[in-house]
Amino acid sequence: MTNHWRDIKNADLILITGANPAEAHPVGFQWFMRAKLDPQRGPGKGGGAQIIHVDPRFTRTSAVSDMHIRIRTGTDVANFGGLINYVLQNNLFHDAYVRHYTNASWIVKDGYGFEDGLFSGYDPGKRTYNMATWAYEADDKGMAKRDMTLAHPRSVFQLMKAHYARYTPEMVSSITGIPQDQFLKLAALVGEMGRPDKVMTIVYAVGLTQHTTGVQLIRSGAALQLLLGNMGRPGGGMNAERGHANIQGNTDHAISWELLPGYLAIPAPGEKNLADYVKEKAPKKSDPNSWNYLGTNYKKFMVSLLKTWYGDAATKDNEFTFDYIPKPAGNSSWISIYDQALRGEMEGVILNGMTATSIGPDSNLVLQALSNLKWLAVMDALPTTSSEFWHAPGLTSTDIKTEVFMVPTTHWIEKAGSFTNSGRWCQWKDQVIPPQGQARHDHWIMADLFGRIKALYQKEGGKFPDPIMHLVMDYKDPAKPDFDELAQEINGRDLTSGKRLATFAGLKDDGTTTAGDWIYTGSYPESGNLMKRRNGIQDPKKNDPTGMGFYPNWAWSWPVNRRVLYNRASADLDGNPWDPARPGIKWNGTHWVGDVPDYPPTMNPKDPKAWLPFIMTGEGTGRLFSNTPLDGPFPEHYEPMESPVKNPLHPQNSTDPVAFLYDKAAGRPDRFGTVDEFPYVGTTYRLTEHEHYVTQHVEHLVQLQPEAFVEIPDGLAKEKGIKNGDMVRVSSKRGKVEARAMVTKRLGPLQVAGKQVWQIGIPIHWGFVGLSAKLYPEKSQHWLANVLTPFVGDATSRTPEFKAFLVNLERLE
Amino acid sequence: MTTVTRRGFFKLATAGAGTAAISALGFDLAEATEVKQQLHIAGATEAHSICPYCAVGCSLIAFTRKRADGSTEILQIEGDPDSPINEGRLCPKGATAMQLATSSQRVEQPLYREPGATAWKPVTWDFMLDRMARLIKDSRDRTFVTQDAKGNTVNRCQGIAFAGGAAFSSEEGYLATKLMRGLGTVYIEQQARV
Repeated sequence: MTNHWRDIKNADLILITGANPAEAHPVGFQWFMRAKLDPQRGPGKGGGAQIIHVDPRFTRTSAVSDMHIRIRTGTDVANFGGLINYVLQNNLFHDAYVRHYTNASWIVKDGYGFEDGLFSGYDPGKRTYNMATWAYEADDKGMAKRDMTLAHPRSVFQLMKAHYARYTPEMVSSITGIPQDQFLKLAALVGEMGRPDKVMTIVYAVGLTQHTTGVQLIRSGAALQLLLGNMGRPGGGMNAERGHANIQGNTDHAISWELLPGYLAIPAPGEKNLADYVKEKAPKKSDPNSWNYLGTNYKKFMVSLLKTWYGDAATKDNEFTFDYIPKPAGNSSWISIYDQALRGEMEGVILNGMTATSIGPDSNLVLQALSNLKWLAVMDALPTTSSEFWHAPGLTSTDIKTEVFMVPTTHWIEKAGSFTNSGRWCQWKDQVIPPQGQARHDHWIMADLFGRIKALYQKEGGKFPDPIMHLVMDYKDPAKPDFDELAQEINGRDLTSGKRLATFAGLKDDGTTTAGDWIYTGSYPESGNLMKRRNGIQDPKKNDPTGMGFYPNWAWSWPVNRRVLYNRASADLDGNPWDPARPGIKWNGTHWVGDVPDYPPTMNPKDPKAWLPFIMTGEGTGRLFSNTPLDGPFPEHYEPMESPVKNPLHPQNSTDPVAFLYDKAAGRPDRFGTVDEFPYVGTTYRLTEHEHYVTQHVEHLVQLQPEAFVEIPDGLAKEKGIKNGDMVRVSSKRGKVEARAMVTKRLGPLQVAGKQVWQIGIPIHWGFVGLSAKLYPEKSQHWLANVLTPFVGDATSRTPEFKAFLVNLERLE
Repeated sequence: MTTVTRRGFFKLATAGAGTAAISALGFDLAEATEVKQQLHIAGATEAHSICPYCAVGCSLIAFTRKRADGSTEILQIEGDPDSPINEGRLCPKGATAMQLATSSQRVEQPLYREPGATAWKPVTWDFMLDRMARLIKDSRDRTFVTQDAKGNTVNRCQGIAFAGGAAFSSEEGYLATKLMRGLGTVYIEQQARV
């Protein structure tokens, strides 16, 4: 989240897309309801915030919303594109904000273009873009040319206007299935949020991300928010709900193939030293008034990380052991792991608190992949469909040569440490009870294992042991690092004084500082562990001095305890809040006051040399046009890989031209289905009573939701002669689910490109392991929802397309 | 009946008990609720935790008591009323967190399945960790690339993948990243992607 849970109460309009917070995040949803019940909030004259729910299903979120907009899954770029077009055509954008706080005025190079669904630079053979033309026109100093009138035909503003002119209400309706009059009602409400005294928040979840166009779905929401001037403001922003307790913390600390801690990029082959690395990876300044804070300090953060990991072995002469960091050959993300196993290139997998079988995509293919491994270690507190994969339905145990370890780990409540929530609040927890049985902490298992591997290298030698030998493990007990020791290591120190640093501003690139994750520097300064702070609502006056809900002394939020990211953009050019009633930060003549400023604390905004507001980008402004996504500088609607229709915008380039086709690249048979065989659209979701798969072991929750089901619209059920409670089979080209039918009015028909489209909802929680499976051993053989989902991911992030695929539906006798 | 929060009631109680609203039943329901609550947690130690499920980050208060044999027993988990995030509230999952904490389904010892076997075999930690260390070293040595075809130094291990979930503490996740990168692993993934 750019903002945080409690901040949602500050919004006038809450646009929920691809999410169902009332059911999936019920306690966080109280802040939506508080906004709705607050007469100060709302469009027009107020009277309460309005909630708009854009989702394929009518859910409990829709039930308390002012409007439910039924959308075809995977088409939100078209909806957002239509809203962008409406805002631009009707001049409803926040003019001063767009002119000064976004890259609307930047001039794009001659040669950039977009035609028939393809941007300039496409190579159809490789299915990739050469992005050379997705760049700014530079002046002789290397800075981008700008046109503050926004009239230049190659300004980002004009290019954007032209790009989205195709997203008319008719086109939006034809793609998404949203009736035009409903879309126009939504557009009018959203358009009102471009007023400086109004603010909208966009809240989303994996309903937006789990598509081949997932990154562009988020970008189009963010672009809309920039046009409306809603980024950086309390009550605004682009807010991902996130579905696991510490998914944010473990992303921050880079358990991700392409990242190092604090969102530093993993180096690529060919980057021979730190200078090469920084040149390739750090954002580049494109305006004289851009601070380019990240770009300017990239090397300091990287060197401080290398010093943390490699200590005395990391010296200026050896580029601080830059060679020790592995350089991947190519994409090494989730689906790639199983693709490599299917190709016979992957020998072993450690699944630490994740179950590949249930997660998928294409669980049957994943089961084959696991069967191809030499070894699999499952570190978990409870059995999973991966630890038990070797006796999964349809497999013969004796044929599976994989050596499997079930490594029993402790639960969250059996250990201390911090969880970072989706609002970036890092909250410390106590160890409440001792480990059950012989269970051990995950990190103690890893540290002990690492020590044993190191001992083997010491004894036997082996391939390039240096990084293993030199990795700093100077914990009191190297096999059992303390949570406190690790939290201090993450925070970092000044090696000259030996003191822990209070902010990342103290980090250096000369090897005299450490930081295990620079964005957490300041979480544990000399004064103590700030993540333990507990000054909450027991005294709101004292603990929330601005009244905006920041609660700065409750826990700690990254970066530097800032509660709303990009908050310089919450104030106008002179430093006054766009809406005085909802200040983020404010210039008081000598200082910025309010939230922790995302800006130098004493920089006078009226100084002609004052930095532009978005200090982390090279531009210094928010990006409406960006060359970061691999499939286009502006989001474009592409159909899901499996779709019931051709893309009405450009039928010959219907799906995302950059989405990587794993099966094709590996020479495996095509596993995509077509509409004649699989005429309905399937989408997956979660229920309130379950969290992914772990809750299959919790008695009360299994009692509340004991059995797998699929949700079927009543019109389709009637057509197929299916009654509520009947057993049905839902099948895709890849597999089948057999479960009870829940016939509802919540999934109505859609009119898409002149054709009626039905959507079917499939909850993800069940499989062949857990209490429900014990209760229904026969039925549970066909409960894995992700046997249906396709083995393909987003063009940029490779997040699987779990949310839109084709299925057939049959009634079982 | 007046809604009295746990902490609110403590304040009321210290100010002089009996001032809370009296219900139609002729006694103070809030106080009765509080007494019932006190029976649950009498003599208990209060500890702080965070809900293990979604990423809202609801604060929990966990009450524990030492048993006669010195072991720790968990009595109750409830929402923390001080939190600016949940203000004491919990959803059905958070409210049943205690059943996850004390699950009868837990794996309590290391289990090992040999190639082609049809059942688990309980093993010791030493056996398991030594065997895993051996397999990891062998896979690393077989699949480690120091230089790619273009002569670039890449120092990567291509044959081992690590996927780390989203239910363990940040400090554990950080160490996992550090150790796996130390081994040269490039296939590192986590729940955020899926």
